[in-house]
Amino acid sequence: MSTSFLDKLPVPAFLKSAAEIKCYGVVGDFESPDDLLRAIRTLRTAGFTKLEAYSPFPIHGIGEALGEPRSPLGRIVIVAALLGLASALALQWWTGAVDYKLVIAGKPLFALEPSVPIMFELTILFGAFGAVLGMFHLNRLPTYYHPFFNYSQSEGATNDRFLLAVEAADPKFRGEEVRTLLDSLGSRHTELVEA
Amino acid sequence: MADLAIDHDFELSPPLVQGGMTYADVSEKVSAITENKPPKQWYYAIAVTSLMTLMLFGCLTYLVTTGIGVWGNNNPVGWGWDITNFVWWIGIGHAGTLISAILFLFRQKWRTSINRAAEAMTLFAVASAGIYPLFHTGRPWRAIYWLFPLPNSYLHLWQNFRSPLMWDVFAVSTYATVSALFWFTGLIPDLATLRDRATNRIRKLVFGLLSLGWRGSASQWRHYELAYLILAGLSTPLVLSVHSIVSFDFATAVLPGWHTTIFPPYFVAGAIFSGFAMVVTLMTVARWVYNLENLITIKHLENMCKVILATGSIVGFAYATEFFIAWYSGNPYERFAFMNRAFGPYCWAYWTMITCNVVVPQLFWFSKFRTTPALMFILAIFINIGMWFERFVIIASSLHRDFLPASWGYFTPTWVDICTFAGTIGMFLTLFLLFLRFLPAIAMSEIKGVLYQQNQQQKGAHE
Repeated sequence: MSTSFLDKLPVPAFLKSAAEIKCYGVVGDFESPDDLLRAIRTLRTAGFTKLEAYSPFPIHGIGEALGEPRSPLGRIVIVAALLGLASALALQWWTGAVDYKLVIAGKPLFALEPSVPIMFELTILFGAFGAVLGMFHLNRLPTYYHPFFNYSQSEGATNDRFLLAVEAADPKFRGEEVRTLLDSLGSRHTELVEA
Repeated sequence: MADLAIDHDFELSPPLVQGGMTYADVSEKVSAITENKPPKQWYYAIAVTSLMTLMLFGCLTYLVTTGIGVWGNNNPVGWGWDITNFVWWIGIGHAGTLISAILFLFRQKWRTSINRAAEAMTLFAVASAGIYPLFHTGRPWRAIYWLFPLPNSYLHLWQNFRSPLMWDVFAVSTYATVSALFWFTGLIPDLATLRDRATNRIRKLVFGLLSLGWRGSASQWRHYELAYLILAGLSTPLVLSVHSIVSFDFATAVLPGWHTTIFPPYFVAGAIFSGFAMVVTLMTVARWVYNLENLITIKHLENMCKVILATGSIVGFAYATEFFIAWYSGNPYERFAFMNRAFGPYCWAYWTMITCNVVVPQLFWFSKFRTTPALMFILAIFINIGMWFERFVIIASSLHRDFLPASWGYFTPTWVDICTFAGTIGMFLTLFLLFLRFLPAIAMSEIKGVLYQQNQQQKGAHE
């Protein structure tokens, strides 16, 4: 479907290869996670760098196969959690011992021990927000438009298909060649996807 | 790297997904529940529960316009059914977090079929719980300034953060927030499945917005898995802290029967015990109505029954320890509080609790009870009742006779107490029914991960 848009354009055939540059890439459809992993390894060996896999569940070892670095989310969460800890400390100390000194049962205006439960809770609360919002940020969510959705069977990625995209940004990208390559690796349905 | 994905040497026998289901079957089976008209039982059930919810709104309106004197709370029993219900509901919520977080960290693959529904149950239980302390303040619209440190011109002062009641506010609100975040994070890939399956405009729009444009790309899964793992890691100490802090409300008081150091672990065990009983109650019914036998197998149910048996035995042991320590302390007030609990005016409540919480779960030693859904449903109902009585016994029997016989009293619930409690059960069930109807009740992406692993293992066995 999305490849046929080139054919519909009223341009001479020799210009159509130039139009390919504006595409997202070539997407292939594999039957199982193992086939997908095999295809990724082959393409990586062949020197492709801009690969993206789409699957209905996380596949063990796919990050390593694609050469992706470890997610930096842990660092975001630790900063958020420590911020929570510090805010809890500041909140309890400032309200009770600085802004409104209220002596209750002759106890000190501020002490660490009774402050622990709220310090703990706010550490967790801020940490959890850090994890979720940090993940949204790293994944650029929400992103309501992405060229991948132009693939005619993109809905398979959330059902039972294991898709592999070779992106046009890859220096080794040549539309038709990549298409043949994916077909030879066992793709059931390969498509040039427009951006 | 730790992740959601596959751990190849994990044992999966008997298989967790039965009936030879494929990935597409899993999507179809789970999504179809939200796409098709619900079975007629669903309509009957929601008709009843929404009437009960209306009754709750009626009772709360009456309470707000009249005063909390409409409840049976009196002097000396200043905490009656309201706090009993609060602790009961909060405890029920704990099973959801336990299943979603702790079993995740322990790599218990059987959690995947039940974690979504159990997490939803947590949210609705915490919502039901929150009603009680909020309305116990009598003026909920002002209570926000008493409960949270918001600068305001009403009081011109700040909360006393040395009070366990303030810790409770922070613990419960953190718990509700983090549970909601965890639940929504888990839902994103499944919402994307519903979006991609949607055929009409409204479903496309709603699930399109909710799924945030999730594509299931490897680079997204990478951050997603780590976020999920971190949330599980944060929720685990959180869930243990919540009921510990709830128990501080009691344990830091000087009242005999409350002033004990055993409370935090004992409350946490009781919470998990009652929560699993509620999960079994709901899931046996949902599994039967929606024909989910291939996804929620007897193995899942049996594992839950084993957790109930283990935590029920801890709870029984804690009851015995309390009595021993009351005697061993040599404190006459402590001794009296416990003798009064077992043989005083509230002995009927005490022995109901012992029967339901100590005797009944022991039947789970027999495999017949662990593998027959109808029987485990009945036992789970007993446990739900027993755990409600536990909180009532702790609260009412300790308060009604303290140090001075001159200030002794007795608590009798009013019709408002009873209808409010029934009302929150109605609200809880209404929310749960709506969840079953409109959202994927089983975590499809996680089940598919387990299914892949299961297939790998079967392939390995054949070779």
